[in-house]
Amino acid sequence: MGTEIETKTKIRRINAKKITRAVKKLFIEANTVLGEDVFEAFHLASSREESATGKEVLKKIIENVDIARRKKMPICQDTGLAVVFVEMGQDVHITGGELHEAIEEGVRQAYADGYLRKSVCDPFTRANTTNNLPAIIHMDVVSGNQVKIIAMPKGGGSENCSAAKMLTPAAGIEGVKKFVLETVENAGANPCPPIIVGVGIGGSLEQACVMAKKALLRPVGEANRVDERAEQIEKELLASINNLGIGPAGLGGRVTALAVNIEMMPCHIASLPVAVNIQCHVARHKETTL
Amino acid sequence: METRKIKTPLTEEIIRSLHAGDMVLLSGEIYTARDVAHRRLYESLLKGEKLPIDLTQAVIFYAAPTPRPPKKVIGSIGPTTSYRMDSFTPKLIEAGLRAMIGKGNRSPEVVEAIKTNNAVYFGAIGGIAALMSQCVKKVEMVAYEDLGPEAIRKLTVKDFPLLVVNDFQGNDLYLSTQNNWRI
Ligand code: SF4
Repeated sequence: MGTEIETKTKIRRINAKKITRAVKKLFIEANTVLGEDVFEAFHLASSREESATGKEVLKKIIENVDIARRKKMPICQDTGLAVVFVEMGQDVHITGGELHEAIEEGVRQAYADGYLRKSVCDPFTRANTTNNLPAIIHMDVVSGNQVKIIAMPKGGGSENCSAAKMLTPAAGIEGVKKFVLETVENAGANPCPPIIVGVGIGGSLEQACVMAKKALLRPVGEANRVDERAEQIEKELLASINNLGIGPAGLGGRVTALAVNIEMMPCHIASLPVAVNIQCHVARHKETTL
Repeated sequence: METRKIKTPLTEEIIRSLHAGDMVLLSGEIYTARDVAHRRLYESLLKGEKLPIDLTQAVIFYAAPTPRPPKKVIGSIGPTTSYRMDSFTPKLIEAGLRAMIGKGNRSPEVVEAIKTNNAVYFGAIGGIAALMSQCVKKVEMVAYEDLGPEAIRKLTVKDFPLLVVNDFQGNDLYLSTQNNWRI
């Protein structure tokens, strides 16, 4: 008792207020300034798009991102559920408050002071919680004495088109591809294409869903570098999705998806879980490390 | 691509001149209403109550804007997915509603009601809400203020960029164009 525990990094104290400030800033920024990778992907898509309407839609999408950035306005009116990923160094000690509360306070302030739409309600009465809370917080404890926070406002339109399924192991790679393609086809124009498709393969039901969501955080255009099979499926799926012809805004064209990002992990001998999380073209996420 | 300018009220003559695929710039007055507001309008119609808005030749935009910052007319505004309003829509069309603005396809029942009543469904591009907000010139709170962003507002818009998706003849733009580009 009373002896100093040995840790890899020095124990660091971080004040809860600092977390709140960071979360607030991230959500306002994520909602008004789109990532450069997504913006570049729009330009690339525009040069590839053969449909005149599709090109026109992409032009408006690009123009919209510009207006939002210049006027500091939300890119989309659906400023989303507040999804937060936290990688908490185990040698961090939060002082002056509780971590979960500090994050939610940051969300509350961002949506109030940033003029963002509060889009959270009771599942049955549909009464708005009026502060965009609760936030959806995914917490991982990692080594070190830093805290990484990723803010991801997630729109309802594309989230509604997402799906998960427990396939039989016999379904294999072909079964996974079929399910992803079906999910995108059923979504049609609803998730505001061009979309990004996050896919989680393996794990358990909920782990596949979390992987699918995390896959959406990967920069657009970057392949899965861990597993060659995943990279191969990403390529094949992107081609088949774009062959569906849904096109920008669902008005027909060559570009339906900007990327397919797959995350994979081992699963139970009896199952093959697969989750598809669809992300609209307003692919918002911002991160910081404290 | 040719773009046509049209103005509210959308008379039968205007509606019968619109064809799936037409690009239009709409000016005039439109109402915002989405999920809960639709349920309330629908329930009022069933009970035979007076509605808080006049649906005759009305245009409804499935949208809920972000809060209005100081010195701005409105926050960002764009379409939400339309199918969630499908179960209420035919009844609203029967009561006079003539045009809807949203994103995504409609149920066969809605397409049928559009045909039999000479109505129209416009598609707006989702996720370009900062751009679309620039077309809104005036906003008036009209009903269900308790719903916050989902309340019914009357917007005065100028050159709102839209596409005709379902016309009075039963054509469907999403279906036809997506099939054209399918490989
Ligand atoms: S799906 Fe995305 S772009 Fe479309 S309305 Fe929702 S948040 Fe906006």
